[in-house]
Amino acid sequence: MQHAASPDSPDRINDFVIKLANVNGTGSASANTLLMKSMFRMGIPVMGKNYFPSNIQGLPTWYEIRISRDGYVARSGRIDFMVAMNAETYAKDVKEVSPGGYLLYDSTWPRPALLKRDDITIFGVPLARICNETFQGVRSRILLKNIVYAGVLGALLDIELDVMRSLLGESYANKKSLLDSNVKALELGYNYAKEHFPCPLPLRVTRMDKTANHIMIDGNTAAALGCMYAGATVGAWYPITPSTSLMDGFKSFCQKWRIDPETGKRNYVIVQCEDELAAIGTVIGAAWNGARAFTPTSGPGISLMNEFIGLAYYAEVPAVIFDIQRVGPSTGMPTRTQQCDLMIAAYASHGDTRHVLLFPNSPEECFYMAVHAFDLAERLQTPVFVMSDLDIGMNDWMCPDLKWDDAYAPDRGKVLTTEQLEQIDKFYRYFDKDGDAIPYRTLPGTHPKGAYFTRGSGHTQYGGYTEDSTEYQIVLDRLKRKFDTAKTLVPKAVLDSRGPTSLGLLSIGSCDGAVREALDLLRRRGVQIDYLRVRAFPFGQEVEDFLASHSQVFVVEQNRDAQLRSLLTLETAVEKAKLHSILHYSGLPMSSSVIVDGVLASIPEKRLAVGS
Amino acid sequence: MSFIAKPKIAHPGLPKNELGLTRRDYEGGMSTLCAGCGHDSITAAIIEACWQMSMRPEQLVKLSGIGCSSKTTAYFVGGGHGFNSVHGRMPSIATGAIAANKDLHYIGVSGDGDTLSIGFGQFAHAMRRNLNMLYIVENNGVYGLTKGQFSASADIGSKAKKGEENLQPPIDPVLAALTLGGTFVARSFSGDKEQLVPLIIAGLKHRGFALIDVLSPCVTFNDHEGSTKSYEFVRDHYDEVVHADFVPPAREITAQYAQGDTMPVTMHDGSRILLRKLDPSYDPTHRGQAFNYLRDKLAQNEYVTGLIYIDEKSPDFHEVSGTTALPVNQLPFAKLTPGSKGLEKILSRYR
Repeated sequence: MQHAASPDSPDRINDFVIKLANVNGTGSASANTLLMKSMFRMGIPVMGKNYFPSNIQGLPTWYEIRISRDGYVARSGRIDFMVAMNAETYAKDVKEVSPGGYLLYDSTWPRPALLKRDDITIFGVPLARICNETFQGVRSRILLKNIVYAGVLGALLDIELDVMRSLLGESYANKKSLLDSNVKALELGYNYAKEHFPCPLPLRVTRMDKTANHIMIDGNTAAALGCMYAGATVGAWYPITPSTSLMDGFKSFCQKWRIDPETGKRNYVIVQCEDELAAIGTVIGAAWNGARAFTPTSGPGISLMNEFIGLAYYAEVPAVIFDIQRVGPSTGMPTRTQQCDLMIAAYASHGDTRHVLLFPNSPEECFYMAVHAFDLAERLQTPVFVMSDLDIGMNDWMCPDLKWDDAYAPDRGKVLTTEQLEQIDKFYRYFDKDGDAIPYRTLPGTHPKGAYFTRGSGHTQYGGYTEDSTEYQIVLDRLKRKFDTAKTLVPKAVLDSRGPTSLGLLSIGSCDGAVREALDLLRRRGVQIDYLRVRAFPFGQEVEDFLASHSQVFVVEQNRDAQLRSLLTLETAVEKAKLHSILHYSGLPMSSSVIVDGVLASIPEKRLAVGS
Repeated sequence: MSFIAKPKIAHPGLPKNELGLTRRDYEGGMSTLCAGCGHDSITAAIIEACWQMSMRPEQLVKLSGIGCSSKTTAYFVGGGHGFNSVHGRMPSIATGAIAANKDLHYIGVSGDGDTLSIGFGQFAHAMRRNLNMLYIVENNGVYGLTKGQFSASADIGSKAKKGEENLQPPIDPVLAALTLGGTFVARSFSGDKEQLVPLIIAGLKHRGFALIDVLSPCVTFNDHEGSTKSYEFVRDHYDEVVHADFVPPAREITAQYAQGDTMPVTMHDGSRILLRKLDPSYDPTHRGQAFNYLRDKLAQNEYVTGLIYIDEKSPDFHEVSGTTALPVNQLPFAKLTPGSKGLEKILSRYR
């Protein structure tokens, strides 16, 4: 063991970052989840982020756990403890450790030359040797090596062994032999560390009470749960990273909760389609026929769906689309995160179209916005996009318990019933009877009077085919007014007023965690900034008001071309010069430093001095 | 097309079906296709079939893509719900619609461009899913709306109106359907209503995906000498192998056919179709034989027509999906959500 100075700050209890460098396909995920969940169970706020390759087995993958007693959820930028389990990336991993930090590696094969730094402490544990001496079978030796290092970390960081044991007990409740070997591996690691190293380290955890009434969940699972609770009965999809786990989640929830107890039949239909074109077509067909239907996808899928999205917009058919954004353009980096589909989603398809977008900031909002998306889609008779991303969708976030109001009734929108059709003289599909620019619709099979012809070609407000300019424009203008109605129905932006200040910051979605932390850091440096978290497009009046009442507004987003800023300049009255972009598009989740640096760089010295 | 819309007043003496409706009640909007278009004859056959079946008009869903053929869903059963979607993607709209409500009748009308070029993938996958629908290809070998380009069903050597010769091999929807696992595969001719009407009824009764490829000459762009999709050519090279007669559940089979030439097939709802084999050696339940027979005849420039293959036993989309009996769009909300108590249980996994 090479021993360096203790960590730079003595006060690193419950405030540090562990990074685990693994090889994908070796079963490290369960060990890493075990570590994170143990600390979560100890009442300590944690956040896990997975940086994985677009690959099945053999490539480097990293998992980062931030332990934050203050509850910050963004990446911190530092690495206090590196678990280097991949010899291929040793050189890179050892460099990343912050001064005063620690590194743990498998010393079955000592690498003194490669793993050398004077300013960090390096722990070598012969993980492979321990496993080879204790366990049988190549596969289980590889898998259990991960549990051994979890045990080592448990001792070094003072994670309660009982908590770790009970988590293993839950995972392998029905597999006694697996449970036994896992507990054994855990204890081997734990005891090895106790014997050989000064446990616990100054960098460690201690029990808190900050995770009561909280869960650890990823956004795709939460969105899937929202789809089930919203009463979605048709899910159509084509597998694409990073959205796949949303449909996997929906399927497993339905298998548990949507099976008819008497017949064993399914109260849902999932269609794995031939491509994304068919997936959105299936959604449109199902929603047209009265089912709540959705599709999860990502950027390339949105590109393919464009023509159909235009049809749904113009023929006024509900559709719910989850865009779990990943790095573009083209195939881009499928396992990295970005917010790069804002423009394509807002104006998807040829012709004049504008779409409703929702921007969840967390798995919690993925759940609630999933439900809201179905209500909006059916109320407005139009496609609604839930603009999540890989960071929210696939990483485990600590969230307050999800709540369900049993009084909730789905808003199915203006659908005429058999009785209502019986009463009326004649049904006109695209007529604005109520003055809110939303027409009435009917479902096939209801009543002969409700029959109409749905088409993507020119149509009149009465539902007939037309090539007449005036008749065409009447419908197109009403669709524009319908978008104004949408403004009043979508979730309002959330204002975090920290003023009095003339500086504003506006952002969306998964930037939220980094923004909140950055605003705290900036406040400590005397910079007060009001924060508006936009939750939907079209932008409501509160967005206009915020832009008007601040002299400079930072727009924080995760793409190269400032797409959110473009939308603001196109769709609000704001002067372009007032909007200052802070952009992050590396594909890794945002950290607060990007925002702190961006803000400080653009504030004149004297303004900084006076505090706003 | 007829430029004068027929008045909607029906003659009191017109025959009525079991619902008390006349054929006129199954008509739709006025056709805007060219006078003499084969597609209008198919529209007439669909109207006749729906009337004979005493179908409730609002129970019919009419789906189409883009093209001359796809327009026709507006010309029949005005009391049914139509959806004219995007080019080549009608099968996915059908997939969703059928997923949502399995209890309606679904007719998809498409063309050779819509099905065999831009929509070939969706066509194949709709068949693979065995969606419970009737899918009619109005096949004329030519793109009409864009004025006369060859389609993927044009035969080698077939000539365009201006003399250009097609050199690429055709995609035959019937051969494709036999290969892709189609469970009801038929071919007909727009000029043969006797054959087409019972095929449409049988196709609608079939539990699963029923394909009828209907040769339907384009009078404007593909009815000249040298075309293999003209009225004259089709009439001369037209070979019915199995004629299907539809027998409703309540009725007895009364017609007299020679022994060994007939084959009754019981449909899912108890009705029957009686297959009259014009070639006694032909077996319409043998996929491989049907394929070889067709391929050999095609090599001799003969269009084999009739109900070429039928498999009434394969499970349809909903059987494979294990869907509940009530259409999912009618399930009460209470059955769809586990409520706040359920949520408590679900969340325990995430603590």
